[in-house]
Amino acid sequence: MLSALAAGLHRVEGLFDRAFEARFNPWYQLGALGFFFFWVATVSGVYLFIFFDTAIVGAFESVERITHEQWYLGGVMRSLHRYASGAMVVTVTLHLIREFVLGRFRGVRWFSWLSGVPLLWLLFAAGIGGYWLVWDRLAQFIAVATSEWIDWLPMFGDTLARNFLTDRSVSDRLFSLLVYLHIAIPLFLLIGMFIHVKRMKLARTTPARRLLYGTLAALVVLSIVRPAVSAGPADLSTTVAIVELDWLYLNTYPLLDSLGAGEVWGLLVSITTLLAVVPWLFPGEQSIEAAPAVVNPANCNGCGWCFKDCPYEAITMTPHSYKPELRQAVVDPDLCTACGICEGSCPSATPFRNVAELVSGIEMPAFPLDRLRLETERALAASNVPVVFVFGCERAFAVTGIESTDVRCLSLPCIGMLPPSFADYVARQDRVAGVLVTGCPPADCYFRKGSEWTEQRFKGDRMPHLRTLAGKSKVRVLWAAAHEGEVLERVLRTMRTAREDAA
Amino acid sequence: MKTVVFRSLGQLVAFAMFIGLVGALAPGPAYRHLDAGLATIKLSLRHAGAPIAPCRERTAEELAQLAPNMRQSTVCPRERSPLVLELALDDRVVFDATLLPRGIHRDGRASVYQRLSVPAGDIDVKVRLKDDARIEGYQYQRTQRVKLAPADVLVIDFDAERGDFVFDGGSLPPRTMGHPAGGAE
Repeated sequence: MLSALAAGLHRVEGLFDRAFEARFNPWYQLGALGFFFFWVATVSGVYLFIFFDTAIVGAFESVERITHEQWYLGGVMRSLHRYASGAMVVTVTLHLIREFVLGRFRGVRWFSWLSGVPLLWLLFAAGIGGYWLVWDRLAQFIAVATSEWIDWLPMFGDTLARNFLTDRSVSDRLFSLLVYLHIAIPLFLLIGMFIHVKRMKLARTTPARRLLYGTLAALVVLSIVRPAVSAGPADLSTTVAIVELDWLYLNTYPLLDSLGAGEVWGLLVSITTLLAVVPWLFPGEQSIEAAPAVVNPANCNGCGWCFKDCPYEAITMTPHSYKPELRQAVVDPDLCTACGICEGSCPSATPFRNVAELVSGIEMPAFPLDRLRLETERALAASNVPVVFVFGCERAFAVTGIESTDVRCLSLPCIGMLPPSFADYVARQDRVAGVLVTGCPPADCYFRKGSEWTEQRFKGDRMPHLRTLAGKSKVRVLWAAAHEGEVLERVLRTMRTAREDAA
Repeated sequence: MKTVVFRSLGQLVAFAMFIGLVGALAPGPAYRHLDAGLATIKLSLRHAGAPIAPCRERTAEELAQLAPNMRQSTVCPRERSPLVLELALDDRVVFDATLLPRGIHRDGRASVYQRLSVPAGDIDVKVRLKDDARIEGYQYQRTQRVKLAPADVLVIDFDAERGDFVFDGGSLPPRTMGHPAGGAE
């Protein structure tokens, strides 16, 4: 079922690829957008706090003044604060769904997944608390409903709801506490977000600039077209019968009426528990493919390229086990995702070496260098006509589907596993008309950095560089997600035509 | 050129959809929390009941077993009486509960918060409280006719100092009945 959902998701992402290009596609940057909205809400929140009166009697009036007397800035800031917070819920929800559908919670990624779950509670607590502070009719509804909801828990001996019986029972002290909670909870959220990305090297926490400007402009437009306004001052002598809810943050409140407080607690705790155990509920296939990288000290010269390239900080450098003054890579198996990007970065991972057993400094047990050369040669040998050779990625467009007599393919767990010297190795063959290297779009690489590092290696911006006697024009790098077969086939046609013309 | 126009349009549509979604949901469609024609009664009190049993004098043997600095002749139980609270609207009992004192030793206050939705209009409210397990019947009672408009909130609390129920909200005609002390009905 997940694969069917993934196919649907890729179709939608494909439409966005067309509109935005892959590098600006918001679907590939949902987490980064979440961070961005957090900062927009923070900056606008700091501005609002300057003019906000934290006393119960002055809160509503101060928000009204901010909204109407300085609408050009205060009003827009208030709207930005609200809409950025709402946008954060949308992107975080989509981020969660997307990572689930694409299986990006398995293996060592359990940590990022699990650490993200409590952030949902903090996000909603921060948003709900913010609505409370306006002390309008919506705030009144939230205050009464939330206190009744919390009162259901046995730990609250004296009823919180008694604080909202009448206007006289609401105290400034309680209100000040709420203000500080609205500052403290987002701070905890930020710390949680930091922990959430902690295990990822170079985690993307800022969206691509063009996407960032576009999103900010869209939020400003929304703030001007539909400014956030209050719903009349709170009045506890009457019940809020009808209320315009923020369905992004307050969607559980109608359930309190229809199900009851205990049932809603049960529902939310069940959902949270279910989310938390997802990595263990759907572990995926445990095969040798997932075996962590191994270091062969005899071939490791301590260059540190694999250490720099590992997207999950699974590699550290230590003094070499027996070569004095040299270092050696060490893999932490608990952090290794078995992407093979380290194998692609190793300077000793070259098929040209004339040794009895081809072994590189660091390699994958499931796909060692020797096997990589063997399978490349096997794919080449399967045809005796001029061919275009394609190195692909199992997570991107399935290149094996386009294999034919004159198109030979080898699919790798991640394209970052491919040492550039292999492209040279193949391109040097006389009957190879061209080499095509493809994988996930860099903005959405399954293993985060495989495509980006490969692109840089082939451009000569990252070690190991592509050096080829066959001419760099013979080697092309083209990114194609699972749904972008058309683009790949179009380029293949061009390469074939070029070959025929040359012939 | 065609691609640029297509892409720009596509991006505009995507951004419009995004802010459209956020703008439509925050705030979104109105939610009816209380049906038309209904009012709310909130019955809420926090009160410590009387001690569960009277104080008594220790016997000479009991006193002898205590350390010299602990030899107080009178000993009073910490435990409080549970509260028995009843609310009737138009002679129909809508709430009737025994509220246990808080704390491991049951020596704290008992509390309750109950929100009821009732048809708006004139209602005869009768509320009774028993806070002493040693005495039969209810010690406190108040009967009041109230007029509640739709969405009005009537708060019924208990003032322990005055020993009387407090009605707040709605239209309250002069108090009709009530006895803060002493006997049962």
